[in-house]
Amino acid sequence: MSKKEMKITGFGGQGIILTGLLIGRAATLYEDKHAVLIQSFGPEARGGACGAQVTVSDEPILYPYVKEPEILVTLSQEAYSTYIGQLRPGGTLIYEENLVTPRDLPEGVKSYCVPSTQIAEDLGRKIVQNIVALGFFTAVTKIVDPESMKNAIKTAVPKGTIDLNLKAFDKGYSYFKNGS
Amino acid sequence: MKADKEGVLTGNHFLDGDHACCEGAIAAGCRFVAGYPITPSTEVVERIASRFPLVGGIFIQMEDEIASSIAICGGSWAGKKSMTVTSGPGLSLMMEHIGYAAMTETPCVFVDVQRGGPSTGLPTMPAQADIMQARWGSHGDYEIIALAPNSCQEAFDLTVHAFNLSEKYRVPVLFMLDECVGHMTEKVVIPEADEIEIEPRKMTNKKPGEYLLYETDDSMVPEMVHAGEGYNFHITGLTHDERGYPNLTVDTQAKLVRRLCDKINKNADDIIMYEDFHLDDADTVVIAFGITSRIAQHAVNMARDEGKKVGFIRLQVIWPFPEQIIRELAGGNVKKFVVPELNLGQLVLEVERVVAGQAEVVSVPHAGGTVHNPEDIYEKL
Repeated sequence: MSKKEMKITGFGGQGIILTGLLIGRAATLYEDKHAVLIQSFGPEARGGACGAQVTVSDEPILYPYVKEPEILVTLSQEAYSTYIGQLRPGGTLIYEENLVTPRDLPEGVKSYCVPSTQIAEDLGRKIVQNIVALGFFTAVTKIVDPESMKNAIKTAVPKGTIDLNLKAFDKGYSYFKNGS
Repeated sequence: MKADKEGVLTGNHFLDGDHACCEGAIAAGCRFVAGYPITPSTEVVERIASRFPLVGGIFIQMEDEIASSIAICGGSWAGKKSMTVTSGPGLSLMMEHIGYAAMTETPCVFVDVQRGGPSTGLPTMPAQADIMQARWGSHGDYEIIALAPNSCQEAFDLTVHAFNLSEKYRVPVLFMLDECVGHMTEKVVIPEADEIEIEPRKMTNKKPGEYLLYETDDSMVPEMVHAGEGYNFHITGLTHDERGYPNLTVDTQAKLVRRLCDKINKNADDIIMYEDFHLDDADTVVIAFGITSRIAQHAVNMARDEGKKVGFIRLQVIWPFPEQIIRELAGGNVKKFVVPELNLGQLVLEVERVVAGQAEVVSVPHAGGTVHNPEDIYEKL
């Protein structure tokens, strides 16, 4: 696998940074890859624009920032508007189906959507919508193995919520696999 | 000696540089931290506050940085390896006590996660503009040691080393992260405790009555005692004699201040730490540190791919400065030194001083807020 540069974006409180952290943990702790996570957020704790820049590579990563992501995940309309212009030509867009309307989508972009909030609500806890999206992301991008991602989830989420989070991950993963 | 198992979080982690620095401090044996949390260094003390109760450490959130920086001096003389953590304006407030720690030969570590300045500047964005302040910020003649990690792994490894150097030379050590290294997250491998070398504090074997607080041998580093161990001793920032009492004379001043500088400068070979690449055939050499060294390495790789004879020196210890290698290169085949840094040209002055006109020195400045584009460095090669 060559170097993959991605941005995970949304608003504060959606678990954006945790999602980026899980990708990095899966790649570095459960696979023999290198990863760098850069997090950026506004002064607001909740509701402000929020983004995680993640680079995953087989080689050591020198330049840490992601300026033009190959993969863009947007879980809010504001994040979509802010970041869609950065997506590389021919890149991959993953977005929340009910929260984002992909207006003026650049030509050649491969786009995939998942109703992660709805799926999380069906599981009884809206809070795991980022993990649903992470499952979907894992199936679409194949950057890390789903088992690595599940190991990362098991060691990162609060005890007592592991089963719920793994279920959320599987729902998101199979939503793509079953041909969304 | 080896690290105390209790403090070492052995294993593979995905940590940001601030958290890795915290773990390095605990692994090094740090058990007293006083600080006034400030972005982008807050994560260091946040983790300290949650980890210290598990390892018997004391963290105090102080009223400000002036208090924090003097509290760690007290903590050190009370017997604990001590550290404070700050950034930007906080570092400016600590200047007096960096001088006090140097003058009283108090082992302690000042962590500075550099952000854009001057003043409150850019709290959440990187810079490397405190490099000269680290060395010259307090008044008078003295020497400190300063280190700069360029990865989260090094934020762990070099924090341990910072404590070791502060103990070995009884000097304040400045640990200069930048916001980028502090806030980025990477894999960090924390080794087993018995694989981590720890410099023990240089305590005296002499009995009370025989012992003089600042008596030294050839090492130029005096032996230490702690409060409450039966020794009467007096510590002052005033010019003092071997007993530790004020002695405001020309001779005592010369002897003391020269020794404070000599113990670092004459041991520079032991302290200096850098990595070098492709120096053998280089006609151009890039010198960089911290996050900028990763961008510079990218640029050097680009140039090498095109067959350009570019070498690279990455400083891990910034002060004392590795004069000898640069002087040798300048006297040899190197025609040009290129110095990228996240400031408007600080370390380049030191390179110019050492090169002394024997080669061209090119500054690649950046006002901070992000890192260089690799192309901006590559263009100068």
